[in-house]
Amino acid sequence: MEQILANGVYLGSQYAMIALGLTLIFALMNVLNFAHGQMYVIGGFVTYTFYGQWGVPFVLALVMSCVTLAILGALIEKFLFAPVIKGSAREESTMLLAAGIAFLLDALILIIFGEKQRGVPKIVNGVFNYDFRLIMPYDRILVCVLAILSVVAFIALMQYTKTGRALRALAQDRTAAQLMGVNVDRYSMIGFALGAMLAGLVGGLLVTITGVNLGMGGPTSIKAFMMVMIGGAGVISGAIWGGIILGFMEAIGLAVLSQYGDITYLLIFISLMIFLAIRPQGLMGKPWG
Amino acid sequence: MQRRTLMKTVLTAVTLSALQATTAFAENPVLKIGFVGVTSGPAAAWGISNQRSMETRAAWINETGGYTIGDTTYDIEIVSFDDQKDPKRAIAGMEKMAQEGIHYVVGPNVDDGAAAVRPVAESNGIMYFPYAFPKSLYQAPASNAILGMVANYQSGPAIYKYLMEEKGIKTVAFIAANESDPLSQRDGGVEAAKALGLEVVSDNVTYQVDTIDFTPVLTPVMRAQPDLLVLSGVSPANAPQLIRSARELGFQGLISTETAQDAGVLAEGAGDLANGFISVGGASTPELASPMMNEFVQRYTDMFGEYNDESNTKVYALEYILETLKANPAAIDDVTAFQATMDTFEAPNPYMNGDAKLRYVGMTSFGQKRQVAVPLVVNVYQDGAFETLFVAEVD
Repeated sequence: MEQILANGVYLGSQYAMIALGLTLIFALMNVLNFAHGQMYVIGGFVTYTFYGQWGVPFVLALVMSCVTLAILGALIEKFLFAPVIKGSAREESTMLLAAGIAFLLDALILIIFGEKQRGVPKIVNGVFNYDFRLIMPYDRILVCVLAILSVVAFIALMQYTKTGRALRALAQDRTAAQLMGVNVDRYSMIGFALGAMLAGLVGGLLVTITGVNLGMGGPTSIKAFMMVMIGGAGVISGAIWGGIILGFMEAIGLAVLSQYGDITYLLIFISLMIFLAIRPQGLMGKPWG
Repeated sequence: MQRRTLMKTVLTAVTLSALQATTAFAENPVLKIGFVGVTSGPAAAWGISNQRSMETRAAWINETGGYTIGDTTYDIEIVSFDDQKDPKRAIAGMEKMAQEGIHYVVGPNVDDGAAAVRPVAESNGIMYFPYAFPKSLYQAPASNAILGMVANYQSGPAIYKYLMEEKGIKTVAFIAANESDPLSQRDGGVEAAKALGLEVVSDNVTYQVDTIDFTPVLTPVMRAQPDLLVLSGVSPANAPQLIRSARELGFQGLISTETAQDAGVLAEGAGDLANGFISVGGASTPELASPMMNEFVQRYTDMFGEYNDESNTKVYALEYILETLKANPAAIDDVTAFQATMDTFEAPNPYMNGDAKLRYVGMTSFGQKRQVAVPLVVNVYQDGAFETLFVAEVD
């Protein structure tokens, strides 16, 4: 039981961070960013390059992942999404653009970082073992704590800073925010950069546990969409709850149902379908969007 | 004026050089060999190592004047198609090969893709070299598929038997990704282990290929405390994480797989925790690699920046195609002639030291010669490199 709880908290914290960036971008711009998983992968590769290859301290490498993805996100928003959103009222245009960016980033990752799985040295050695009832390597505990701290810091940023208030205003009503003097173009770019940065941060954190490879982008995006749908699209707290719920469902399913083969995700998908049929807006989303 | 003259001279020289280069390149007719496999997505590493092995060897051949088959010397061109691990795309890829008049194709990399392309290959006179294990692909009436590596039902029993005799293992647990290839490899492994008298203590734990953390997945397996943990059909991306999680959960037993792995990936992903990990490899361990194998590794590294140990096995398919065509030049556009030659074909294995031969095998497993005789080299990982545990042959 202790192991299931610990696994649930650990997976939930990671998933919440992955979902946060995706839901932020959706809230601000109504864009389903299919390239979110690829951004996560790039974050992992940047940390791999700085920390694993060049021996830069891990924290600095993590910062480099955040900075790289923030710049990449800002550029993508300014030169790709902003013109498309201005020129086309159809939502499919941004969806297609996002899918195209995902393919482009996949191709660039292959060219720059290659096809192999990459990993980095452990950031902390040793394993916490409580009487074989709860086993958790110290690096996972550290990553879990860092993920929770990052989520708290993100909430504080959104709640207590001028930028956060502007972003929330933009998410609630773009036109009203504009009328109140919010520079919509600027804050859209900042919001997209922040969403991409979160993807980079979690990619950099998880490369120490899972490593990183070219093919992780697509499946990561799908999982992130699931969490966002559970919590409610465009709602920050919803993404966090979505991540935690998925993390616990996975941890419980893997422990309890392992003797029946891999039916954990089958049951999760069935539960999700039933849940969305009853509450299509997700846990915390509003029916009107 | 002098400047204009200089410009003219330079332009003339460049044009003449380009013409000369084009003429030199066009001296030989081109023999196209196809590749249909996965070079994108989570399994990209499998297909990319195939494609790059072929491209490296083709570039090497072309650089040294081409490959002589009968009275003609050919330049080799590799025509590649990414099937994205999707059977429908694999069919499209094989159709593309047929439209280009290609009769010899390497790939696909997975079971369902290899099964899907069979009708296209057989109806269009294409011999293909899948890296997929279903026996129906290679048993009559199937005729055009040639297994490009050692199957798990051939390597698995050899590894288990060795570990029973040398390490005294008695219990075994299997874990596999929830996909067709790993699951069928797991089932084959379980059958082989039981036939050898091993007690299978866990064989129903599976995982998603996009699993972020294997600790929750492995926890139930670890409770069974097997002597040997088999990672059935594990991809190079998942192997280091599984090894690392198993060791961190306190597993002290042996870990093995029947798929090829990369030492660099294991070193980065699991470090010393991967020491003792047993996998199937090719012929690049120092004691086995011939000078030609070493040159291949060097050329691959020069071309692509980094070698992939999976290519130790994948270097062979193109060599088999070319050597068989050399043995019977009539087969260049007639696969029935190729099939007839396979029964008696034999040539020196240029990638291994000693008197190893290139020949077609598979009589025991398939009832006909539909497998390339790559050496069954079982490696053990130790401190960043593979060491040869034992070498066997498939008949």
